[in-house]
Amino acid sequence: MTTHIPGRWNARLGSWAPLIVLFALLLAAPMLLSDFRLGLLGKFLTFAILALALNLIWGYAGMLSLGHGVFFGLGGYAMGMFMKLEASGGKLPDFMFWSGLEQLPLFLAPFKYAWFALPMVFILPAAVAGGLGYLVFRSRITGVYFALITQALALIVSILFIGQQPYTGGTNGITNYSTVFGFQVFSPGTQLALYFVTVATLALIYLVLRLVVESRFGRVMIAMRDDENRVRFMGYDPAIIKTLVFAASGGISGIAGALFVPQVGIISPSSMGIMQSIEIAVWVAVGGRGTLVGPVIGAVAVNAAKSGLSESFPVIWQFFLGGLFISAVLLFPAGIMGIFRGEFTLDVFRRLVTRVRTLRQQGIGGVVRQWTTTSFPWKV
Amino acid sequence: MRPPNRRKIQRDLTMEVWALQLFNGLSLSSILLLIALGLALSFGLMNVINLAHGEFIMIGAYTVYALQQVAQSLTGDVSPSVTFLIAIPLSFVVAGAVGMLVEACLIRFLYRRPLDTLLATVGVGIFLQQLARSIFGAPNVQVVAPLWLSGGLDISDGVVLPIKRLFIIALVAVCIAGLYWYMYRSSEGRRTRAVMQNREMASSLGISTRRVDNLTFALGSGLAGLAGCALTLIGPIGPSLGTFYIVDAFIVVILGGLGQIPGTILAALVIGMLNTVFEFGTTAVVGKVLVFAMVILFLQWRPDGLIRVRGR
Repeated sequence: MTTHIPGRWNARLGSWAPLIVLFALLLAAPMLLSDFRLGLLGKFLTFAILALALNLIWGYAGMLSLGHGVFFGLGGYAMGMFMKLEASGGKLPDFMFWSGLEQLPLFLAPFKYAWFALPMVFILPAAVAGGLGYLVFRSRITGVYFALITQALALIVSILFIGQQPYTGGTNGITNYSTVFGFQVFSPGTQLALYFVTVATLALIYLVLRLVVESRFGRVMIAMRDDENRVRFMGYDPAIIKTLVFAASGGISGIAGALFVPQVGIISPSSMGIMQSIEIAVWVAVGGRGTLVGPVIGAVAVNAAKSGLSESFPVIWQFFLGGLFISAVLLFPAGIMGIFRGEFTLDVFRRLVTRVRTLRQQGIGGVVRQWTTTSFPWKV
Repeated sequence: MRPPNRRKIQRDLTMEVWALQLFNGLSLSSILLLIALGLALSFGLMNVINLAHGEFIMIGAYTVYALQQVAQSLTGDVSPSVTFLIAIPLSFVVAGAVGMLVEACLIRFLYRRPLDTLLATVGVGIFLQQLARSIFGAPNVQVVAPLWLSGGLDISDGVVLPIKRLFIIALVAVCIAGLYWYMYRSSEGRRTRAVMQNREMASSLGISTRRVDNLTFALGSGLAGLAGCALTLIGPIGPSLGTFYIVDAFIVVILGGLGQIPGTILAALVIGMLNTVFEFGTTAVVGKVLVFAMVILFLQWRPDGLIRVRGR
């Protein structure tokens, strides 16, 4: 009984128009940017995919994972191993030789085939996420506990990869690639093609996630975020839903990692450590969690700021990053997207106005008194 | 004379090695415990986890260092005995004061959003680390330990227990006794337990929950500062000192159960011992992986941790 509502079509177009403009801008970027800048943008877009993946589990399913670097890294290592074996012609890669291995370990040998390595980019991280997720969610571990367990995962996997030098290249990771599918990796043409592949993957993942979020499954997922017990009483099994979402999120992160490696030329444990994993959460928070455009904007914006600031002012960057974490949750809990929608906390600004008024009326002593009485209302 | 029984010597040797390992495990456990207690307290009370907790360890450690630097510039002598004795309470006070400030300026706004608290406190941690790097420099520094803490206690042939580690264990034991006294004998602690059990009820009976939250968070931070002070005895300290211990401390809190003292103590003992034993049997990395896997599997069996708190 769908009656034709005038303007509805326009409204739908309205919601798509900014996206189409964004997509067109990304497609036009190669003409506007230098090769170096384009390479950076390509890297940021793989981070945007990663941010979308984290947003799926955090923004829509309500569980903050502080270990998504691991899944990104697993995908990256799978791709890196594939390219490394292509560079060595299926023989022993250089870093394994240096570590004293004499022949390719059996479990790494299949990575020389694209039909094995490319699916593994998704399957490997999805399996790790699904396995850990099932155990954790089955015992109804949520919230802060889940975040801490995933953080421990990030620590453990990164030190595991550092320790297993013969198989993973240790601290240096896997680098020194030559070709990917027969093309020179670092030739401008290949890099341009990789950029377009990244943009296309980002668009595809965006569309898939949008379908998922607006589907029946997506509604159950969001309901579970808002009231898990109620969903459970309605007959759904939150553990299964969460496991599926976490596995999918891990797999998508793996794809991001696989796109990252040929563009940046290295995958190392530092891409999957604790700090990197936490930074992903800040990209999502800055962009706006629970939206599909926000994380993309957040990832690109934060990383652009990082590459701008951290090269010339590393000290300022660290303070800035710290401030970003704090202000993203304290002032702008809905992120950049929230600013567009007019959702941000004015409390802090209001308090600031009160302080200034006190300063003018009672001087600095009044401000101190006011601050201590509001911050430490200690009377029993 | 008969030659000594080779097998017996072998057994004595392994006994000694095991005794030393157990002792090392105990001393690691005690430091983990000091760190985890603060986390568990504020988690049990306010449901927040402070990811900057590791930086409070670092603050405590640098307090000792700064105090020694000040002593050197004033008197021309580090005088480690005096400075270290002063530094023990001072590191507690300094870290506690910073914790109090962080709670008042930031965390009190986020009590209903535990995941956001994680992120905000990460920001605090990054900020504090960079601050330490800017003030004290990035390279590690060494604190001069008092002379009376050097050497070892010879308990039998070949088993020498380092005095430093004994001192740390004793320090932690005193802290736990103090914490028990505070929580179960003082009126402040009674109020804290009341708020832990039922916040609304405690509040309506006239307890200032703001005061309890603020003091408890400061107490937890102060304990982390003490842990940092203890760590200066073990090795050099740097801006990222806390990050080495903090994840283990989180695992202790997870294993221990919903933020309460007995579970945390037991969990710290288990994790510290397991870490040392596994490291001894395999390598440090494999040891950590094994401990992590065991904790995850244990939670399948008892999701609430080692010791379960009765429902509210």
